[in-house]
Amino acid sequence: MEPNHERGTVSLREVTKRFGDTLAVAAVDLEVKAGEFISLLGPSGCGKTTTLRMISGFEHPSEGRVFISGRDVTDTPAHRRTVNSVFQSYALFGHMTVADNVAFGLRVKRRDKKTIEAKVHEALDLVQLLGFQSRYPGQLSGGQQQRVALARAVVNEPEVLLLDEPLSALDLKLRQAMRFELTRLHGDLGMTFVFVTHDQTEAITMSDRIAVMDQGRIHQLGTPVDIYERPASRFVAEFIGEVNMLEAAVVGGDGARTEVLLPSGHRLTCAPVGADGLSPGAPVVIAVRPQRVLLAPEGEIDPGGHAVVTGELRELLFLGDSTRGTVRLADGSELVATRYNEAGTHPFGLLRPGDRVDAGWRHGAACLVE
Amino acid sequence: MSRRHPGTRMPKLAIGSASALVYVFFYVPVAVLVLFSFNQARTGGRWAGFTTDWYSALADNDRLLTATWNSLFIAIISTAIAVVLGTMLSLALDRRVFRGRTAAQQVVYLPVIAPEIVTGVALLAFFSLTLGRLNDMLGRSAQDAIRMGRPTIIIAHVAFCTAFVALVVRASLRTLDPSLEEAAQDLGANGWTTFWRVTLPAIMPGVLGGALLAFTLSLDNFVITFFVSGPGATTLPIEVFGQLRRTISPEVNAISTLIFGASTLLLTGALGIQSAVSRRRSRPDGDSGPDGAAVARPDAGLRNPDAGASHKSYPSNPQLIGGGKP
Repeated sequence: MEPNHERGTVSLREVTKRFGDTLAVAAVDLEVKAGEFISLLGPSGCGKTTTLRMISGFEHPSEGRVFISGRDVTDTPAHRRTVNSVFQSYALFGHMTVADNVAFGLRVKRRDKKTIEAKVHEALDLVQLLGFQSRYPGQLSGGQQQRVALARAVVNEPEVLLLDEPLSALDLKLRQAMRFELTRLHGDLGMTFVFVTHDQTEAITMSDRIAVMDQGRIHQLGTPVDIYERPASRFVAEFIGEVNMLEAAVVGGDGARTEVLLPSGHRLTCAPVGADGLSPGAPVVIAVRPQRVLLAPEGEIDPGGHAVVTGELRELLFLGDSTRGTVRLADGSELVATRYNEAGTHPFGLLRPGDRVDAGWRHGAACLVE
Repeated sequence: MSRRHPGTRMPKLAIGSASALVYVFFYVPVAVLVLFSFNQARTGGRWAGFTTDWYSALADNDRLLTATWNSLFIAIISTAIAVVLGTMLSLALDRRVFRGRTAAQQVVYLPVIAPEIVTGVALLAFFSLTLGRLNDMLGRSAQDAIRMGRPTIIIAHVAFCTAFVALVVRASLRTLDPSLEEAAQDLGANGWTTFWRVTLPAIMPGVLGGALLAFTLSLDNFVITFFVSGPGATTLPIEVFGQLRRTISPEVNAISTLIFGASTLLLTGALGIQSAVSRRRSRPDGDSGPDGAAVARPDAGLRNPDAGASHKSYPSNPQLIGGGKP
């Protein structure tokens, strides 16, 4: 397939990176659309940063090709690529003022003085740092340094902006504020953003699409809703948000539903898996989010519209904004249900630890993986 | 609350007095030297009254003056060469991956730990051999043969000073965030621009420290210099040693005092400049909002063009000079 030549696209074709015997990135294919905010999400060591560094040019792929705006840049050194990066450590030049930091890229490209002045001013305005031109990075707070790093990158009007865990060094409050700021910046600039993070909340709240990575491979590529609601694998389901995992075996079904049997003896109806479904006897995992699990006294959940299992309520844990109930099934496996606390009512009615309860969820609220 | 150790006071006292003793050890001999450079008595350990005669006599002591200029010349030239070579060396050892790098990293410090007498004898053997060959080749007679002198001293000093510079510069390279250099490349800078505009300014304290060390080492080196100096050129330490062997000359006290004063000034100046620069770059300004998110001051627009254009070259140098001025 011919790579997309639109300005701001990134194509990775069968990109592999080995460090000695270690396989860091394994034959990754990725098509980033122009103007898109895409996140590479995964645990540390999953290959997300290495993938980003092959786009920025700091790593050369062992195999495969890298395209930026349709041009093959695999053998182009980093300083000649039309992308710019925001580093995890910000990597600001401590011996230069804020203005000199931001002007660095333009000066290296020998733009004229007037243009540099105007663009630096504009970039600092964009990140709300006007008035800080003559400060040194050492005189700024972490959040301000972060914004200088952003201004220094976007002032060059790159075709793609690469961000390597830029928020991980900030404290929680600032991180939340910067999430909105980054989203706003992306909207204002219309630039392609490739964002590397291990924080699922960051990825879900900011991205157009997320590529979930583990062990050098992309496990799933999709919108935040896709990734959250329809995880393609056990790894993705577990990595994004909290989820109940129930081992089960397929016992039947058709294109519209799948019948599974739990070790606790419960027989449930679930959404179909793939187009062809699974053959009877295949092991699967039922993934259901805790907030979708209802709890009620035994026999009170309608088995017509719900998948229902029964067990013993082991524990109710007050978490402030919500309450978390843990149910133990006959085979010893546990299921977690959460419910938001509302003023004056108990989130799980009159249920108390030790009660026999029904735990259920609407058909379609759970999905089968693997 | 941490438990207070019952013996805390005792070690504190011991540490305090030990430190005081160390300083006494360091500076009492120097104080005696300074005192005696103003002593009227020509010899002996008695005080015969204050005089500055020995300082004025220095002006007529051609041998001492020549040796001093020689020493300064040699120190400046060898420091300049050693700083360039040592910085390049440490960059190569730290940034490049090549076969035998670990071995090269170990061997670099050999001149630092090798006894000077060994280095001196080795250099003497080396220079006699090469100069002998050179004189044969050029057909020089015994009278106009090339002998050991300033060039051989400089070569010898460069050899050991380079190792010390590399040692100091590598220490500051190790603390350098590698993504600084990547950031420069990311912004379009090639290898040279990255080095001149980012790497070198960032390791400048180490380079200056190395230079200061090299200069001092070259200036007061005796053993190695003794072997590689010829009749044409002696350095101050060798001249002083020679004069002291004949008679104890108060002029030697005078010039030693001057050199001690000069090196103290040099060191104080260097430290002062360094701390001024780092203060300037890290001092939080009091004149803006705590987060400073959208605090655009009225003069911001006016100050901006100036700030953007005035530091066209890397701003470290002008600041170094400016920061050092009282």
